[in-house]
Amino acid sequence: MSNQPGAGAGTTTVRNAVVIGGNRIPFARSGGAYAHSSNKDMLIAALDGLVARFGLQGERVGEVAAGAVLKHSRDFNLTREAVLGSALSAHTPAYDLQQACATGLETVVGLANKIKLGQIDSGIAGGVDSASDAPIVVSEGLRRVLLDLSRARTPKQKLAAVSRLRPRDLAPNAPTTGEPRTGLSMGEHQALTTAAWGITREAQDELAYSSHANLAAAYERGFFEDLMTPYRGLTRDANLRADTSLEKLAKLKPVFGAGLDTPATMTAGNSTPLTDGAAVVLLGSEDYARANNLPMLANVVDAEAAAVDFVNGQEGLLMAPVYAMPRLLQRNGLHFDDFDFFEIHEAFASTVLSSIAAWESEEFCRTRLGLDGALGKINRSKLNVNGSSLAAGHPFAATGGRIVASLAKALAEKGSGRGLISVCAAGGQGVVAILEAR
Amino acid sequence: MADTYLGLVNTPLPGKLARTLGLPRPAVLRRYTPGDPLVPGPVLVLGSGPGADTLAEALLGWDQDVRRHLRPEEKLGAVVVALDAVSRPEDLGAPLLELGPAVRALLPGGRVVSLGRPAEEAADPATAAARQGVDGAVRSVAKELRAGATANGIVLLDGAAADSPGALGALRFLLSGRSAYVDGQFLRVSAMPEPEEPAGAGAPLAGRTAVVTGAARGIGAKIAEVLHRDGAKVVVVDVPAAGEQLAAVANRVGGTALQVDITASDAAARILDHVKERHGTLDIFVHNAGITRDKLLANMDPARWNAVIAVNISSQLRINDELLASPVFSPEGRIISLASTSGIAGNRGQSNYAASKAGVIGMVRATAAAFAGSGRTINAVAPGFIETDMTAKMPMLTREAARRLSSLQQGGQPVDVAETIAFLASGPAGGINGQVIRVCGQNLVGA
Repeated sequence: MSNQPGAGAGTTTVRNAVVIGGNRIPFARSGGAYAHSSNKDMLIAALDGLVARFGLQGERVGEVAAGAVLKHSRDFNLTREAVLGSALSAHTPAYDLQQACATGLETVVGLANKIKLGQIDSGIAGGVDSASDAPIVVSEGLRRVLLDLSRARTPKQKLAAVSRLRPRDLAPNAPTTGEPRTGLSMGEHQALTTAAWGITREAQDELAYSSHANLAAAYERGFFEDLMTPYRGLTRDANLRADTSLEKLAKLKPVFGAGLDTPATMTAGNSTPLTDGAAVVLLGSEDYARANNLPMLANVVDAEAAAVDFVNGQEGLLMAPVYAMPRLLQRNGLHFDDFDFFEIHEAFASTVLSSIAAWESEEFCRTRLGLDGALGKINRSKLNVNGSSLAAGHPFAATGGRIVASLAKALAEKGSGRGLISVCAAGGQGVVAILEAR
Repeated sequence: MADTYLGLVNTPLPGKLARTLGLPRPAVLRRYTPGDPLVPGPVLVLGSGPGADTLAEALLGWDQDVRRHLRPEEKLGAVVVALDAVSRPEDLGAPLLELGPAVRALLPGGRVVSLGRPAEEAADPATAAARQGVDGAVRSVAKELRAGATANGIVLLDGAAADSPGALGALRFLLSGRSAYVDGQFLRVSAMPEPEEPAGAGAPLAGRTAVVTGAARGIGAKIAEVLHRDGAKVVVVDVPAAGEQLAAVANRVGGTALQVDITASDAAARILDHVKERHGTLDIFVHNAGITRDKLLANMDPARWNAVIAVNISSQLRINDELLASPVFSPEGRIISLASTSGIAGNRGQSNYAASKAGVIGMVRATAAAFAGSGRTINAVAPGFIETDMTAKMPMLTREAARRLSSLQQGGQPVDVAETIAFLASGPAGGINGQVIRVCGQNLVGA
């Protein structure tokens, strides 16, 4: 394969960045099929599957960008190490990126921008996460003693360092998904938002049911045959419950929001489970795709990030995409009606429903988003039509790659139209993006 | 599964013991690696007809050390015996009696190749008898040879010349290490135009695109590797559930992985779309995917029967229909289909499998008739006992017996099947159409 010469950095015209295809490994439930796989193992598997699908063996891709949310300190150069372990050319540069659950989508945005500017002709964006192989950190006390010990020269200094050690220092810090500034878990944060918007248990269960039904139907029609490569004996997302029903979902006990005044509504069924997995997307310029006889599924049109102040209680932790959306639509002169697919990441069913409620609320859109009225309604039949995180699972940094590749394929199948992506992230952040059929 | 006995018998002491006890002494076969000499020593050309002179000249053209008479004490790499002009059974005696002592002089991994004409094309019974006699003599020689040597024949159809490109291509294949596990077989060759790639080219499949089904492991993975080694661009196909191994094969051979269930109604369309988009033209299609669901017929259930028929033959028929209707399939396209010795001889517990594999043979012959003179060819390769995951699951005693039941006294390797397929896919095999080539070490089964 040949890399076409780029348009050249510094040119004023911007060219298209296209999604060529994607690959992911089936997502496993934490402690399941990938319990003993590292982030590096899974990212290599996802890359190698992509290389095999498109015949990229030994090719120097412009750049590979990926990341992980739960990351070992030894994986400081995770993506580059994965490239070296893959079938790609060792001359392929790579960088790590981290924006919590928006990591995967942000890698797509970053590499698409480089392609648009002519800095690179091709790129692989993606992410990986393992909740099974999560880092365990030694206590702060033990860490300080170990560091002092390494610096101690005399036996006396060494003894002094060790003598500061207390039994409680030996307990490791377990990994948590809690927000550092509030101490609340993501689920408890969302429970506040769910209550504030009055999202019902029934509505959440219905969304979860649709997610499973849509994902199962997508498998049934072979939608994932060119989007997924099995790994470690897993051939489908382990979290998928094709036979689930509203009755089964209704039986589950709430797990978040128990301490609130309102009834707790968020269950294990309408919240995403901890998941392991990896997903990558192949991007390129039109010239690159043509020169290498590669398909062009969709254009990466534009993206917008936003952040909210959840610390002081002014906004919900996962509501940032709500703020990013009007800015993105305005910049592109588009409305919800202009889209054929909506991919709103299902961190929790109520995250999706709170966002939709906010965009439909005239008061919220006026006071918080500074609009003249409600942003608009989303046609629910266009929402997450091939399933989303509630059914597939959500290996944090892998979700963006899953969504972009699936949406690009859906657009290519339809042959026209646009798709809108919305991904919320820890730290009160969010990224939204537009893909367009070719 | 490793053939422990074969390893053992090729070491000094156990080897001597086996000889003393008259136990089978399978040899380590001479297999092809690029850059190898064609044969391990001089080539003796026997026979008095025009074929002998023609082949001797061709061999000289390939820089071989050619002899027309056996020299005392000289070891031989191969003996080519031209019997293309025999017209009475009495004509067989002189050349074959000269072959006798020459066989003694064969080096390990040596080759005997006969050249003949088909009995059914003979006008008179005596000529037909003489021509058919070649068949029996060569097959017997194959059974007498030891130390990994083989005997095979070339049959010139429709008056094809001994130096026609197809005959020379077949000769080269049979002399080389590529045919290590082909033994006691006859390649029936028609006249054909000069191929673009001459016989013996380093990358005989350069510039061609090949599809291999069932390529995630075993014989299919090896076919992909050998086609890639010979220069082809390979698209490997297997069911989505085998995607992980399939991706590994694709990355090993620098090809592309396509996860498709070949029994799906859109399988051919998806394969052709992929080839069209990535490569433009499809030159070689290898129907390798196959399954076994063994049961005695008395215990057979519809699920087992139907699954085997659907995968092993129905899918091939449907895909071939679409290949032939598609402009993507090259006018010089090659189809190679995996049959089995079970399909030739039947096998206890395999009535479904044998029906499907015999079906493959029927399909190949019928399609070949339609291909005749078109530039396209279709052939079947029938493996005998091949060392794979599938045969490793056989009961130990049955497996041991199956290994020693062939003239080469061992099972074949997946690469042996792959080499024959790569040969049939190559330009010089353009004169071979509608044949069933056994890669079985001259197994007694169905011989």
